Amino acid sequence: MARSETRTNRPALKLHVPEPPYRPGDTPDYSHVQVPAAGEAPRPDSACDDKETIPLTTHLVRVLDDDGRAVGPWDPKLDVEVLKKIYRDMVTVRIFDDRMYRAQRQGKTSFYMKCTGEEAIATSAAAAMDAEDIHFPTYRQQGLLVSRGYPLVKMMCQIYSNAGDHMKGRQLPIMYSDKEKGFFSISGNLATQFPQAVGWAMASAIKGDSRIAMGWIGDGATAEGDFHAAMTFASVYQAPVILACVNNQWAISSFSGIAGAEQATFASRAVGYGIAGLRVDGNDVLAVYAAVRWAAERARSNNGPTFIEFFTYRAEGHSTSDDPTGYRPKEESQAWPLGDPILRLKQHLVRLGAWDEEQDKALEEELSATVRAAQKEAEKLGVLSDQGDEGKESMFEDVYADMPWHIAEQREAALKEGE
Amino acid sequence: MPVMNMIQALNDAHKVAMRADEDVVVFGEDAGYFGGVFRVTEGLQKEFGKSRAFDAPISENGIAATAVGMAAYGLKPLIEIQFADYIYPAYDQIVSEVAKMRYRTAGEWTMPMVIRSPYGGGIYGGQTHSQSPESLFTHVAGLKVVVPSNPYDAKGLLLAAVEDPDPVIFFEPKRIYNGPFSGHHDQPVVPWSKAGNSEVPEGHYTVPLGKAKVVREGEALTVLTYGTMVHVAAAAMEEADVDAEIVDLRTLVPLDIETIEASVKKTGRCLIVHEAPRTSGFGAELSALVTERCFYHLEAPVERVTGWDTPYPHAYEWTYFPGPARIKNALKKVMAD
Ligand SMILES: Cc1ncc(C[n+]2csc(CCOP(=O)(O)OP(=O)(O)O)c2C)c(N)n1
Ligand SMILES: [Mg+2]
Repeated sequence: MARSETRTNRPALKLHVPEPPYRPGDTPDYSHVQVPAAGEAPRPDSACDDKETIPLTTHLVRVLDDDGRAVGPWDPKLDVEVLKKIYRDMVTVRIFDDRMYRAQRQGKTSFYMKCTGEEAIATSAAAAMDAEDIHFPTYRQQGLLVSRGYPLVKMMCQIYSNAGDHMKGRQLPIMYSDKEKGFFSISGNLATQFPQAVGWAMASAIKGDSRIAMGWIGDGATAEGDFHAAMTFASVYQAPVILACVNNQWAISSFSGIAGAEQATFASRAVGYGIAGLRVDGNDVLAVYAAVRWAAERARSNNGPTFIEFFTYRAEGHSTSDDPTGYRPKEESQAWPLGDPILRLKQHLVRLGAWDEEQDKALEEELSATVRAAQKEAEKLGVLSDQGDEGKESMFEDVYADMPWHIAEQREAALKEGE
Repeated sequence: MPVMNMIQALNDAHKVAMRADEDVVVFGEDAGYFGGVFRVTEGLQKEFGKSRAFDAPISENGIAATAVGMAAYGLKPLIEIQFADYIYPAYDQIVSEVAKMRYRTAGEWTMPMVIRSPYGGGIYGGQTHSQSPESLFTHVAGLKVVVPSNPYDAKGLLLAAVEDPDPVIFFEPKRIYNGPFSGHHDQPVVPWSKAGNSEVPEGHYTVPLGKAKVVREGEALTVLTYGTMVHVAAAAMEEADVDAEIVDLRTLVPLDIETIEASVKKTGRCLIVHEAPRTSGFGAELSALVTERCFYHLEAPVERVTGWDTPYPHAYEWTYFPGPARIKNALKKVMAD
């Protein structure tokens, strides 16, 4: 392709392609990252003008300090029993993830995704919402189901696509759905759920209901057009919705710079849409709780939507199909300054005098046993790898409410196929 | 001659194309530093630099749209959509812009680009990593649609696609990236190194678009197929001990109607095999064409073997997949007197 021939004295243009600071072989060092001190961020009233939150979109709401103290105006001052419940949920999620990851490695299912390092976000957000509010999650919010008391056995049956899977083996493992628990069907197609959450919230407003919705998205998926649709509709209709971006800094092999994080925080995108925005330490249970509570209050009192960025780190591979050592240093998760959310809450509980090592060990043992028992029970109903043809006729159901002739014919043919 | 699997052959095609033409640029989700989730673009960033091989934000719409802008400038975008199941956000750009540009401007602006995407099932990918959406593109005037079935063709067709003046949708059968597939999922995968068509010449060569390949000559019936199903159909014919003529279409649009017509007129019977759902699938077009053009030579109605008209179910993948049993049942009908 020929270049400009008339303006030869102008500088040659260059394409900027963002590059993460560290690649395999480098020693990751985050000492230059400015982590605002806990307690530093101001807390405006939840009914404030959205412009008052502008400084908070580049700041970081943090409550737990390095010594495990809860400090500052965002401290939700939670009852210790609430904290213990969230702690329990987080530990459950981590143990569950480990066991299901192993089950995939043992060939019992096709696929699994962990949320290691991000457990605080879904469990604490669920605790801060009402049970009757709805979530439109991504595949990394298993903590919502655990927090809402969804049976672990049912989650595992879905993962195994076995006889106990109420979705009849139609979805990829971990693509849960549960209407009763206010957990919308997870899609494999990224970002689709984000504007859908806005639609549910609009419906609630249309009907004069009091329930609100929370939509979830990953940092990488904010690049999809659906992100823009969600933000625009939420702003235009001042929908009673919380829009949450889990910025775990990676999207498979692409670091968050490929989604635009080099130039601006994700939270600051709220500003251009006239939506209240918060940037929150996602590894700080108390900060997550406080931010979601604030946004829920705002939505419930007809003060409009809030966009929250939860800043965290994807501590493990993207999924069982991914090996992150191909694109980032192994030690990166350890070098990451915001620490482990479970250890941070534990430190806080110990500091409050509400927790000790012995209790911790006992809890770990209890929950490991619970998860193991659930796995045993789920496996009684089968695992993917030993599944035969049984029930295959069910795959022709639910394409439509009433089965049209052509699918009925195909079902007949399929049932006769092996003969 | 080097022996390659399909991934290596496609990777090699990228390198040959990028070495030959500085205007070829490659981008897609995870396609830069990491080289793509299936590793087809591995090493390109290293050799050609970040401005010619880079990661894209997760926006298929953005990928297709910026490719339009680049093509308008005069570059040749060779882009990757990570899975065919994720191409839908790009559909508006592809259908309304890429496909129609030459026509709506009477050739003032053209869109030479290749949109690559892995398609098809058989990998326990569930509904969002298994689809075969080729007929959503064959239905759109202005797009060429190519589906290779082996390493040799994959490289040659990709190079031909890059050199083509028109936009090409290039669907790669991911089930056979590493080795052909007989349709018997309980049997181990045979690597390409032990199969045919895996000797891939070094450097530049092309397999022309619009030309089918008779992969097996025969007299009893004509099998029209493409992608993964070429191998599944061939295995089924061999198991049934039928003297089938198997035509690997390779390009769906423009279709090699001459080869199809000649074959069906010779055999008098036609079986169409694809993995995509039946209703409005590409097999419907093939069936209509064969009926229109070869009606008086047909000794039995044309038969289609396809996926079912349901989404791709995770657990019942092998009930969905048009495997040996479905092919043999259809074969009985086509071969009836
Ligand atoms: C529309 C679409 N495009 C691409 C993909 C493939 N894909 C699955 S997950 C993923 C990365 C998502 O990253 P992010 O949004 O940051 O979420 P995270 O996995 O980090 O939780 C990609 C590219 C997809 N599922 N859907
Ligand atoms: Mg991410």
